[in-house]
Amino acid sequence: MSDTISVNGKQHSLPSDPRTSLLDFLRHDLGLTGTKKGCDHGQCGACTVIINGIRINSCLTLAAMHDGDEVTTIEGLGTPENPSVLQKAFLEHDGFQCGYCTPGQICSATAMLQEIANNWPSDASESLEGEMAATGEEIRERMSGNLCRCGAYANIVAAISEVAEESA
Amino acid sequence: MRPFSYTRARTLDDAAQLTHDDTAVAIAGGTNLLDLMKLQVETPETLADINRIGFGGIEDTDDGGLSIGALASNTETAVHPRVRSDYPVLARAILAGATQQLRNKATTGGNLCQRTRCFYFTNIDQPCNKREPGSGCGAIDGIAKLHAVLGTSDQCIATYPGDMAVALSALDAQVEIATPNGDTRRVPVRDFHCLPGDTPWRENVLEKGELITAVTLPAPVGGTQIYRKVRERSSYAFALVSVAAIIEIEDGKFTRADLAFGGLAHKPWHDPRITDALVGTVPSDEIFDKAADILLEDARGFGENDFKIPLARRTLHAVLQNATEAAA
Ligand SMILES: Cc1cc2nc3c(=O)[nH]c(=O)nc-3n(C[C@H](O)[C@H](O)[C@H](O)COP(=O)(O)OP(=O)(O)OC[C@H]3O[C@@H](n4cnc5c(N)ncnc54)[C@H](O)[C@@H]3O)c2cc1C
Ligand code: SF4
Ligand code: FES
Ligand code: FES
Repeated sequence: MSDTISVNGKQHSLPSDPRTSLLDFLRHDLGLTGTKKGCDHGQCGACTVIINGIRINSCLTLAAMHDGDEVTTIEGLGTPENPSVLQKAFLEHDGFQCGYCTPGQICSATAMLQEIANNWPSDASESLEGEMAATGEEIRERMSGNLCRCGAYANIVAAISEVAEESA
Repeated sequence: MRPFSYTRARTLDDAAQLTHDDTAVAIAGGTNLLDLMKLQVETPETLADINRIGFGGIEDTDDGGLSIGALASNTETAVHPRVRSDYPVLARAILAGATQQLRNKATTGGNLCQRTRCFYFTNIDQPCNKREPGSGCGAIDGIAKLHAVLGTSDQCIATYPGDMAVALSALDAQVEIATPNGDTRRVPVRDFHCLPGDTPWRENVLEKGELITAVTLPAPVGGTQIYRKVRERSSYAFALVSVAAIIEIEDGKFTRADLAFGGLAHKPWHDPRITDALVGTVPSDEIFDKAADILLEDARGFGENDFKIPLARRTLHAVLQNATEAAA
């Protein structure tokens, strides 16, 4: 197949085996191992990437379905020399222990802050309309698709809260 | 995953042609189908990607209702201004399901057609009449915590696991279906899913080659709209029991009581007798109990899921209580 996909601003050809999940394509074919495989069944969020501004689980979609799409992975958000604000906040707040869930947490949180800025409601929102706020309760609900088996949740929420407050 | 060929449909006609074959399956968001393909529960030889055939829009209908395209994502539906203001029970039901990542990919059509979460169905080493007709049902006398208490058969006791369709049932929405010969037929959501009976593999009324193109909502009905989902943790879990309710009280009496229930059966459960029993009466504990008596008249537990019977009673009671307070 001659179709292409943009990953962190670079064009790539899509894989020839249609079975390749977007996650396996990123990790195996492109060597972008920041995106992690936890469950491979949409249950843990370790594989979260951002496609055209929207966060999704890369394990439950086929690379072949993303002709023309723009994917951002953790590698595209920042580098050790030049981390994104959320990457910096996770470091400052110790928002991890083993770090396995962290790329997914940060990709997810990056898109989540935009969702709040768009005033999209969540299950935790008192009202479906009006301005949404990044309260602790909202962050926990909106991030519930990203599990952390080390249980670093308190510091993850602290890191995200700080960035939310700074950008509010 | 078993090998398959992947084809992208460009038009509805294309998609109908491609999925007419017995070994071909349509893929929309893929969040249910790919999960099941990895488990080899689903083994299509051809995948027809329908994401680029159109039908993703959400538009006003002539009679003041709303048409939600089959390929609109669950997020697009839940955040749509009219869904939030006119059909809050639908926005609430969608937001109570899965996670933001999954809702961003999940579509209207895929959500309606999602398969059961029965552990025996998803494990190909286990007996399951739904997956392998005649192999038996592992859940009867097995792990049945998530299973149905209403409308079961001796073949299958699985539940339809979704939230969105429960709200659609309370709203009396219609499913718009394109048939392979180019016609359109409409089926009420209340009649879209089937009970297991002797054909547990048949989950809805879609015939081979038929595709959902949209779901249409009637003109807004107002009232107090509630979606109450009871689950094992407060986020990101399937419903044990859920209640979608559209309630209106005028002059101290129920004038509208449209209710549907999730987690109890192989389909979103709607019982018009409950509406009949409530409308015209003054809200009270006695009348709430009577509604629950009607709902649960033929309920039958299978051991592990016995708790759903009193839980459904209490959840219905709480919803009617909350709606009464909201109307006061
Ligand atoms: C971890 C996890 C948790 C979840 N929790 C919840 C929850 O709490 N509540 C809830 O409601 N759901 C939940 N879900 C299920 C989720 O909502 C469904 O996977 C999703 O809605 C399916 O939509 P899709 O577009 O991805 O469907 P797909 O996977 O693309 O398709 C599913 C089925 O629908 C058919 N189909 C798709 N579109 C059409 C069409 N237009 N016409 C005819 N047939 C069609 C496909 O052929 C396939 O058989 C969860 C899923 C996961 C993985
Ligand atoms: S309940 Fe239905 S889906 Fe589950 S094992 Fe029995 S037949 Fe299969
Ligand atoms: S690896 Fe995709 S959700 Fe777990
Ligand atoms: S830091 Fe170890 S899983 Fe989250």
